[in-house]
Amino acid sequence: MNDELTVSSAMKETLPTVFGYIGIAMAFGIVGRSAGLSPMLCLLMSMITYGGASQFVAISMLSAHSPLLSIIFSVFLVNSRMILMTTTLAPYFKRDSLLKNILIGGIVTDESFALGMNKLNYTNKTLNFSWFNTVNLMAYAAWNIATLAGALLGNVIGDPDKYGLDFAIVAMFIGLAYLQLISDRSIAFSLQLIVVGVVLILVFVGLIFIPSNMLILMVTLIACFFGVVMKHAFF
Amino acid sequence: MPSFNFVLLTIIGSGLLTWLGRVSPFLILKRFNLSPRVIEFLGFVPIVIMSALWFENLFIQHLGHLPSINWPNLIASVPTLISAVVSKNLLIIVIVGVVSLAILRLGFGM
Repeated sequence: MNDELTVSSAMKETLPTVFGYIGIAMAFGIVGRSAGLSPMLCLLMSMITYGGASQFVAISMLSAHSPLLSIIFSVFLVNSRMILMTTTLAPYFKRDSLLKNILIGGIVTDESFALGMNKLNYTNKTLNFSWFNTVNLMAYAAWNIATLAGALLGNVIGDPDKYGLDFAIVAMFIGLAYLQLISDRSIAFSLQLIVVGVVLILVFVGLIFIPSNMLILMVTLIACFFGVVMKHAFF
Repeated sequence: MPSFNFVLLTIIGSGLLTWLGRVSPFLILKRFNLSPRVIEFLGFVPIVIMSALWFENLFIQHLGHLPSINWPNLIASVPTLISAVVSKNLLIIVIVGVVSLAILRLGFGM
């Protein structure tokens, strides 16, 4: 990563995350198809709902003939951590037009958010529309093309997990978390490490009684609150 | 699977609600400023969310019981983390991660 906020630097920096999208989105296309959705509906769900794990939730609830409102609400809950992310992101686009704000916010993902937060460490805490929009659009394109490919070719390729592709997204979070840890100087390094340790404990304990749909949101709220308290008490 | 129209309605409804969740902070924060305390809170969001998304994948949930360890993901995380420390390059990290898990799956049948 460098300090350039251009379309070409965005394309280069988004490339590694594209592997993650391809693996998961193909898996989604395959799962959707085998649950009885047409390739067109698989693609429409990726284009319109556009929310990784939440789409798998929707498919399983659709197969179980759940009521409409409960599916919609569950999808929203899984995606609700997005509200925290876009709240963190929005101040960097305050001076851009309303339309640009809507375009950026409308297709933010976990990955584009994480890339953006990492980029901040190299650009003197600034972001711009053309860089972030390029990251978003590449993610959106990869997600939808791979969904369609998975839905159409599912039977031929077989399980993409076999090739370890499902780990691409985990590897990416490992990488982004590490890069964030070593480059974000707005919070003391030792405090960040402590917070990461607390996150591990919260995830472990949370898995016992919090449904996985809500886990990330709950853990994030508690760990961030803990971080603020620690910062004021000891740092 | 329910009818085409039902699925379409689900897609549009969930898409609309998700989109509103994504966009509304941008609309609200264009007019209002966050208090310093909230900004401080949000400063922890990136590292917390990224590590939480990682840790979640190291376990297998059994609601009401202790989670078990997802061994393939845990083992594959080791070379991945080492490659992060050594290369600091996301593309290399992702490739090392995918290859590690592929070796575990294809080579060791995990």
